[in-house]
Amino acid sequence: MSSAILEVEDLSKRFGALMASDHVTLDLRPGEIHALIGPNGAGKSTLIKQIVGELHHDAGTIRFNGRRIDDLDAEARAKMGLARTFQVSSLAPEISALHNVLLAVQAVEGSVFRFFKPVIRDKKLVAAAMDNLMRVGLQDRAMVRTADLSHGERRQLEMAIALALKPKVFLLDEPMAGMGPDGSQQLTKFLARLRDEAPILLVEHDMDAVFALADRISVLVYGQIIATGSVDEIRNSKKVRSAYLGEELA
Amino acid sequence: MTRETTVNIALAIALLAVPIGAQFADHPFIITLSTKVAIFAIAGVGLNIALGYGGLISFGHAAFFGLGGYAAGILASQALNYEPLVTWPFEIQGTTQMLIIWPVALCICGAAALVIGAMSLRTGGVYFIMITLAFAQMIYYFAISWPAYGGEDGLSIYVRSKFPGLNTLDPITFFAICFALLIAVLGFSVLLTHSRFGLALSAARQNPQRLTSVGVRPFQVQLTAFVISGMITGLAGALYADLNRFVSPAMFSWHTSGEIMIFVILGGVGRLFGPLAGAALFILLEHLLGGITEFWQFLLGMLLLLIVLFARGGLIGLLAGGRGNV
Repeated sequence: MSSAILEVEDLSKRFGALMASDHVTLDLRPGEIHALIGPNGAGKSTLIKQIVGELHHDAGTIRFNGRRIDDLDAEARAKMGLARTFQVSSLAPEISALHNVLLAVQAVEGSVFRFFKPVIRDKKLVAAAMDNLMRVGLQDRAMVRTADLSHGERRQLEMAIALALKPKVFLLDEPMAGMGPDGSQQLTKFLARLRDEAPILLVEHDMDAVFALADRISVLVYGQIIATGSVDEIRNSKKVRSAYLGEELA
Repeated sequence: MTRETTVNIALAIALLAVPIGAQFADHPFIITLSTKVAIFAIAGVGLNIALGYGGLISFGHAAFFGLGGYAAGILASQALNYEPLVTWPFEIQGTTQMLIIWPVALCICGAAALVIGAMSLRTGGVYFIMITLAFAQMIYYFAISWPAYGGEDGLSIYVRSKFPGLNTLDPITFFAICFALLIAVLGFSVLLTHSRFGLALSAARQNPQRLTSVGVRPFQVQLTAFVISGMITGLAGALYADLNRFVSPAMFSWHTSGEIMIFVILGGVGRLFGPLAGAALFILLEHLLGGITEFWQFLLGMLLLLIVLFARGGLIGLLAGGRGNV
């Protein structure tokens, strides 16, 4: 277990009477895709928010590279290498796609507190940003205002930003949401290769993608992890079937 | 060249041409009005950095305008009375040199903005507006009740501060100084908005979560912008003190905050030359309509309403159209 990059141990979070996370234990190892599945309202996004530091957990610990990060704020955790994409795209709508990626690149490559040199003339920065746009296939849309991008393109842009952060862990919250079948397939291929760069904690409803990609799957129901295992173990688990997968696989 | 650039250059040339024409036609009053436009525009350029680029609706920029003014006024009045400003732990003399007054005003306003900003930025929305207003009003009442520098009556400065090699009492020379500073702060604004910092500030306005998730604290970015904004507005205050050779607590009042905000909104929020267009329109209305009726502010209010409802880009938006990409 000590080889895990991200370790969540006994994490609990309560909203009034609702246990959003109920003693959740989960880890992410180098080179793997660990999928987190569960019905709506199971607390998947809430768990991601606690890992990135947007929400503070009530009890338990989160370790990153062996170090406790419970008391660090979201910015510090992002700087350490936790990159996250959002369930609903969270971008700066009035600036171009390229500028959205530049924002990430400049934060990684030094300081944002530079007041004179135009960011667009910084060739190294722009080249790095374009590289990442190219990797997600958005290079032709670089100068388009983000608000004018299609839904699928915005999802791609989120991914380009996550790549630009050169993270040690990817936390992807439903990256397939709202994508057509073609888009999902492309993204599945892309993620399959991405795991070699950094391990991925993948929250996803698209079961085809999950079964194709995941090395391990954890199932979250009402804030509790009811099972963790390989794709086959999860498919064949009676407990999981009755709680969640049900007819979908019957 | 974009249409907005053309409009901007035309505005700058107009502001330069009017006082030069007035100089030849011997209308010193028009030169003074033009100087006022340049100074108000500088104050607006300052506010625009917080309000326009940063989305920080400060209703307390009179604090910086007034502090800049009082910095100039107090330094000059001490120098003219041959009394040192501070005698302990070491002696600091007053001065009538603009080149010393400006940096002092900038430092004081920067420090004040750091304190006010650090406290106000813990809130957002309406609370941010109210807290910035409250800070400015606090300083306003302090200025009224502090008798050392004139209290409610204000403080007269008998000479205009000096600039090496220039006769600042000559209206057109003083206008030239203000105009040069306006161009300088506009130039700085251009650099700022296109820089790394400008990108981060813009993201902080549009979506703070975006900034957080790349590892940058929106608070730090916004506070820095607020400090820069306060400093530039403070510089305008120092110039305004020299223009009138008089400072009074009115500079701190919420009317002043509102007026600076009106310059920005009339001209176009977040538009580079918006504050200049707004300040020019404001002064024009004040003197054209003010000559016809003393209720000119009612008409100003109507105009403001129309602009907010139908022309969000303000005067610059009307002349140059919507903002292009990025």
